[in-house]
Amino acid sequence: MAIDRRELREWLEANCPAEMRQPIRGDEDICWGGRHFVFQSPAQKLWLERMAARGFTVPTWPKDYGGAGLTPEDAAVLGDEMRRIHARPPLTSFGISMLGPALLKFGNEEQKRRHLTRIARGEIRWCQGYSEPGAGSDLASLRTRAEDRGDHFLVNGQKIWTSYADKADWIFCLARTDPTAKKHDGISFLLIDMASKGVSTKPIVLISGKSPFCETFFDNVEVPKENLVGKLNRGWDIAKYLLTHERGAISGGGLNVFDNEALDKAARAAAKAAGGRLPDPVLRADIARAAIDSYAAAATVQRYMQEATAGGELGARSAVLKYDGAELNKRRYELLMSLAGAEGLTFDGNFGPESELAQRWLRSKGNSIEGGTSEIMLDIVAKRILELPSE
Amino acid sequence: MLLTEEQRLLRDSARAAIAAKAPIALWRKLRAENDEAGYSRDFWRACAEAGWAGVLIPEAYGGLDFGLVGAGLIAREMARTLAASPFLSTAVLVASAVKVGGSDAQKAFWLPRIAAGEAVISLGVDEEPRHDPARIGATAAETPQGWRLNGAKICVLDGAAADAFLVAAKTDGETALYLVEAKARGLSRTPRRLVDDRRVATLRLDNVEARREAKLAGGAALIEQILDAGRGVLAASLCGVAEEAFARTLAYLKQRKQFDRTIGSFQALQHRVAIMHVNIENAWSATLKALQTLDSGAADAPLQIAMAKAKAGEVGRTATAECLQLHGGIGMTDEFDIGLFLKKARVEAELLGDPAYHADRVAAMLGY
Ligand SMILES: Cc1cc2nc3c(=O)[nH]c(=O)nc-3n(C[C@H](O)[C@H](O)[C@H](O)COP(=O)(O)OP(=O)(O)OC[C@H]3O[C@@H](n4cnc5c(N)ncnc54)[C@H](O)[C@@H]3O)c2cc1C
Repeated sequence: MAIDRRELREWLEANCPAEMRQPIRGDEDICWGGRHFVFQSPAQKLWLERMAARGFTVPTWPKDYGGAGLTPEDAAVLGDEMRRIHARPPLTSFGISMLGPALLKFGNEEQKRRHLTRIARGEIRWCQGYSEPGAGSDLASLRTRAEDRGDHFLVNGQKIWTSYADKADWIFCLARTDPTAKKHDGISFLLIDMASKGVSTKPIVLISGKSPFCETFFDNVEVPKENLVGKLNRGWDIAKYLLTHERGAISGGGLNVFDNEALDKAARAAAKAAGGRLPDPVLRADIARAAIDSYAAAATVQRYMQEATAGGELGARSAVLKYDGAELNKRRYELLMSLAGAEGLTFDGNFGPESELAQRWLRSKGNSIEGGTSEIMLDIVAKRILELPSE
Repeated sequence: MLLTEEQRLLRDSARAAIAAKAPIALWRKLRAENDEAGYSRDFWRACAEAGWAGVLIPEAYGGLDFGLVGAGLIAREMARTLAASPFLSTAVLVASAVKVGGSDAQKAFWLPRIAAGEAVISLGVDEEPRHDPARIGATAAETPQGWRLNGAKICVLDGAAADAFLVAAKTDGETALYLVEAKARGLSRTPRRLVDDRRVATLRLDNVEARREAKLAGGAALIEQILDAGRGVLAASLCGVAEEAFARTLAYLKQRKQFDRTIGSFQALQHRVAIMHVNIENAWSATLKALQTLDSGAADAPLQIAMAKAKAGEVGRTATAECLQLHGGIGMTDEFDIGLFLKKARVEAELLGDPAYHADRVAAMLGY
């Protein structure tokens, strides 16, 4: 039975607090959930609780796991109706956009019941332990080890660039469980409680001055056997599957990484201030071209997502979206900086409004690195989609 | 943005029929024979039988009424084999104009003839080398019998073969379209060929007398509306050009060997090809979305069409040039087909507004 749009509209109207209908200004306005999350306002908390109670934080997940069991079409209706009133997403998390899909496909019943419901309610915040100092693009060369000690794995090693590791409750982690096998064949996918003895994190300061990510250390960490997802040594397939969801979420919403609207808004405001059209015709043309390319890229996101919904998985196409979305976002921030001129260059060191644009511009440089670099995305497009040979 | 079952069927049957009836060999034959019309009348008849000449025409007038997504799908398939036909001029631009702005009598007379492939009618808007429908110098002066038209038009598509023309002219600052027959006294045409072997004509109107009812309703707004239909269909055609050139290039990269390796194994080339793929995918997404929006009648259709035409024009031009480069020397030869796509892309990117023209419109429509 299709969802009742009218009932939905009325419910959202009655239940979405006014403050949660304001545009998201920055990371501070995003509800990430988790044990240590400090709600920005009572409204933010209320909105999360109300939406979670209806399964609307993860509308397509089964009801047993905290979702609403909606078909993709009905979930799209929910999305429409939320956009209509400018409702913010009640919850944004790596649990929703990365771990969740992987657990739904590869997790056992016990893992799904335990972890998915807590993700859905925003109780547990997850981080991603993939990259290591020696294993970035060549992720499968990772060296963090997990030794079989009968009833548990003993984990030793180091991860790096772990976004929000210092704020997360749990980490999904790739570890080597068979050092003798070929590199893709000896990796397992583990879930580790960050509160376990031997886990520590150390924040890294970025060029933007902020520290959203950390080094993560594992020093004789005992991980119960039940926290292995899928089969022993078969973690690579899960890792890759999760990456396609990560790339889809980075590009197609869900993770709010790319901002399609800021440039148009700023250009419009500047034109208005100038009393007509943007005075610099070359800059105006560059901005218009970026707007056109952004529109076209957004149309591909929409088309691929709909085609995936109708016929299976996004798969390697996520590399198309991730490559283009990242390159475009960087381009838009360059233009936003040009448009702002000297005003865009101020930096007060306190993360106040003075620094905001410069900070966002600096942050955008990571878009073509995080979630797989642009060069790796192009490799995936060339090999997996276009089937070009390796030699 | 998914195609409907009917749209998929239309696309697939068009692809098969065009490959069979209008392969690139036919294009080469027409060029070699220096054919005056520049298209095969047999092929156009087959198009009419399949319903494509009437793709935008209501069923009541013998058409298929399939909408602009349907027209775009047909144009995209025609582009793959460079199939020449008066599809754009007659079935898209003029059919749209008569359907919306024509009197009942004009509709009853012309629409069934267009749908049956019996009438070719060309649109004359531009008067200067760069498209700009806001700059019309041709005039229509009111006379007791109707209108007296004066002026000149350039790059009139299928102008040599046309039975009639739809020309834009101004009366006291107001622009409108006038339907005049090719044999009208005072109307002269000079055929010209374009770099992709397309046939156009330069028109002169010297005191051409037209009847009162020759004027279509709708004025400048109608012109913009039909130009948008044409732009959307051209964007789809540009996608077909780029997609076909790309597919041929990909096959070549998998087969050609240098340095004892397939050239497609060089990462420097793989990345260029991958970027091209991304761009071509985006051009099609933008075009499909814009055509769907135009069909739906939504208010932002002109903006989306401008974006799609700019995008497809840019991608069509750059991708075909890149495809030529990746073929090396053989790509420069006339015998090899890849250069033909480059030429077609150049022409279609220019027609009805190039990427620079539309980018500036986009900026204006977005408020800057
Ligand atoms: C903002 C941000 C957040 C991140 N968050 C996380 C996280 O939460 N969890 C996590 O595990 N990781 C995270 N990462 C890490 C990210 O996944 C890696 O940085 C990325 O995969 C690249 O690895 P690397 O840094 O080791 O660079 P390298 O792999 O050393 O790459 C260096 C350069 O070489 C190029 N290169 C490498 N191999 C090839 C090749 N085969 N062909 C052509 N060029 C190549 C790369 O494209 C790059 O330009 C994050 C990174 C950033 C910037």
